[in-house]
Amino acid sequence: MQKEAAIREPLILGHKTYHDITEDVCRPIEDKAPKMWYTLFGIALIIGLYGVGCILYLLGTGIGVWGLNKTIGWAWDITNFVWWVGIGHAGTLISAVLLLFRQKWRMAINRSAEAMTIFAVFMAGLFPLIHMGRLWVGYWVLPLPNQFGSLWVNFNSPLLWDVFAISTYLSVSLVFWYIGLIPDFATIRDRAKKPLSKKMYSILAFGWSGRAKNWNRFELVSLVLAGLATPLVFSVHSIVSFDFATSVIPGWHTTIFPPYFVAGAVFSGFAMVQTLLLVMRKAMGLEAYIHTKHVEYMNIVIMVTGSIVGTAYITELFISWYSGVEYESYAFINRATGPYWWAYWSMMTCNVISPQLMWIPKLRRSLLFTFFISIVVNIGMWFERYVIIVTSIHRDYVPAAWSMHFPSHIDIGVYIGTIGLFFVFFLLFARFFPVLALNEVKTILKGSGQSYKESPDYHKHH
Amino acid sequence: MSDKVIYVMYDDDEALKDSAKKLVSKGVKISEVFSPFPIHGIDPIIGIKNTRLGIMAFLYGLTGLTLATLGMRYFMVTDWPMNIGGKPNFSYLDNMLAFVPISFEFTVLCAAHGMAITYLLRNKTLPGMPAQNPDPRTTDDKFVMEIRLNENHGISEAELDEMLKETGFFELDKKEIN
Repeated sequence: MQKEAAIREPLILGHKTYHDITEDVCRPIEDKAPKMWYTLFGIALIIGLYGVGCILYLLGTGIGVWGLNKTIGWAWDITNFVWWVGIGHAGTLISAVLLLFRQKWRMAINRSAEAMTIFAVFMAGLFPLIHMGRLWVGYWVLPLPNQFGSLWVNFNSPLLWDVFAISTYLSVSLVFWYIGLIPDFATIRDRAKKPLSKKMYSILAFGWSGRAKNWNRFELVSLVLAGLATPLVFSVHSIVSFDFATSVIPGWHTTIFPPYFVAGAVFSGFAMVQTLLLVMRKAMGLEAYIHTKHVEYMNIVIMVTGSIVGTAYITELFISWYSGVEYESYAFINRATGPYWWAYWSMMTCNVISPQLMWIPKLRRSLLFTFFISIVVNIGMWFERYVIIVTSIHRDYVPAAWSMHFPSHIDIGVYIGTIGLFFVFFLLFARFFPVLALNEVKTILKGSGQSYKESPDYHKHH
Repeated sequence: MSDKVIYVMYDDDEALKDSAKKLVSKGVKISEVFSPFPIHGIDPIIGIKNTRLGIMAFLYGLTGLTLATLGMRYFMVTDWPMNIGGKPNFSYLDNMLAFVPISFEFTVLCAAHGMAITYLLRNKTLPGMPAQNPDPRTTDDKFVMEIRLNENHGISEAELDEMLKETGFFELDKKEIN
C-alpha cells in the first residue's frame, strides 16, 4: 500500500469501503433514470437530429449551402473540426500523461474524460468528411489501389497526415477506454438482477474474471498504451496545426503553431471536462470522488496551458512585426483592427485574461466560478480557431478578391447539431456505463481515502 | 481425475496477501487469486511471472514502422513519383521528413491494436465469453484464493483446513470437480 503526505488532501471523502464505491458508481446505472435525464436527452436528441437534417440537406445540395466563397474556402467547418479535436485532447492527457506521472487524482475523472474524447473526436471527424461534399467517396483518402491508374494519395500532404493521425487517435483512444471498462463491466454484470441487463453486461464484460495474471497484464497494457498515447496526443494536434503551418498564407505559416495548438487543445479540453463533470458529479451523487481538490487541479492545468496560449498569441504578434514581412504584419494588424476585431478581442479576453484569474486560490476552488470560466474558455477557443482560419484568408493578396465570411443557417445548424449529438452520446454513456473507473478508484482508497488518512494507524510503519 | 478445489475468501486485499505469504512459506501452492482490482505485490508470492506483452507491443510497433516505410516508398517513389514543382521523389531519403508523421502514426496504430488484441486473446476475454470468477462478489469487494488439493500432494485436507483457519478468512467454500 502506498502512503502519501498527511497534509495532502484526501482524494476520496467520507468513510467509504470498497463496497460503497461499487454501490455509488453502479446505483445510477441500476436505478431508473431521473426525469431530468429524459429531459436533457430529449433536448440533445432534438438538436442533434436538427444537425443531422442540416447535414443531409448539405449532402443533397452541395457545399454551396455554407457561407463559403471563392476567397474563403475554409471557415466554420474547419473551425469546428479543430475545436472538437482540441476538446478531445483532455481525455487522453488525463488518462495517459497523468498515468505516466502517477497522478492519482486522474482516476476519478479519466473514464468520463476519455468518453468525452471519443465523442468529441467523432464530432471532429464528421467535418472533414462532410466538407468532401461527396461523403460516399470518403474512402478515397485511404491509400487504396484504384481503377483510375496508379495514383496514390499524397503522403507529402499534411491533410493526409491528418487522416492517419485522427483515425489512429480515435481508434487507440477507443481501445484504451474499453480495456479499462472491461473489469468495471464485470462488476456490473455480477451485480445485475434483470436477465436482459445481465446478458448485455456479460457481452460487454468479455468474460472478465479478475485473475491475478489478468491484472498483471492489465497493468502493463495500461502503462504501455499510456506510453503510446502520450506522444500520440501531442502528434495529433501538431499535425492538425500543420494543415495551416505548412501553407504559405500569412497568419498561417507560423512555426509556433504545433506547441501552441497542443497547449490550446489541452486548455479547451480541460474546460470541457470541467463543464461536464461539475454537472455530472452533482446529478449522479459523486461528490465524494470528484470534489474541490480535483476541480482545483484541473484549474491549475487550465491556468498553465492558458498562459502558454497567451504567450503564443503575443509571440505571434511580435514575430509578425519583427519579421519585417509586410503581408505577415498586415495579417495580424487586420486581425486586431479589421472587420473581425470583435472575434479577435473576444478570443483575447476569454483565453488570455480568464485563465489568469485562476492564480487566486479562492476562485479556482469555487465550483460556480469554475463552471462559468469553463464556458468562457470554450467560447474563447472556438473564436481562436475562427480568427486563425477566417481572418488569415478573407483578405487575399489581390484586394479585388477581398471578402467576408457570413455563416449560413446550415453552418450554424451543423455546428449546433454536433453539440446536440455529443450530448446524446455523453448522456447515453452516463446512463449505461460506469462513469468512474470504479475498480481503479478502489486501489487508491487506502492511500488517499479520508477515513484511512485520518485513522491513527495510517502513519505507522507495517 | 477428480479434484477438490478450496475457495478461500477474504474481505481485504492486505489480509489475502498476508495469508498467501504465510501459506506459501508453509509449502502450499496457491493456484489462482481473483480480485476486483490489482493487488500489488501478489504476483511474486503466488509465483506469477511478469507478462511479456510489452515485448509484443514493441514487435508490433516495429512491424508497423516497417510496413509504413515500405508502403510509402512504393507509393511515392517506385510506383508514382509525384513531381511537385519539378522536384520528384527520386529516393525515399530525399523525402524522408514528409514521411515521419505517418510512419509514427502507423507505428502507434499497430503497436496499440496488436497489443490490445493479444491481451484479449491471452486473457481469453472476448465478447460473449462466460464469467469464470467463482463468486460474483470478487468483482465487488471480496478477494478469493483458489487452492487445489491435487497440486498439494504433501499436505492433507485436514492440515490445510487448520492452516487456513489461522489466516482468518471471511468465507470458505469447497467444490469437487472432475
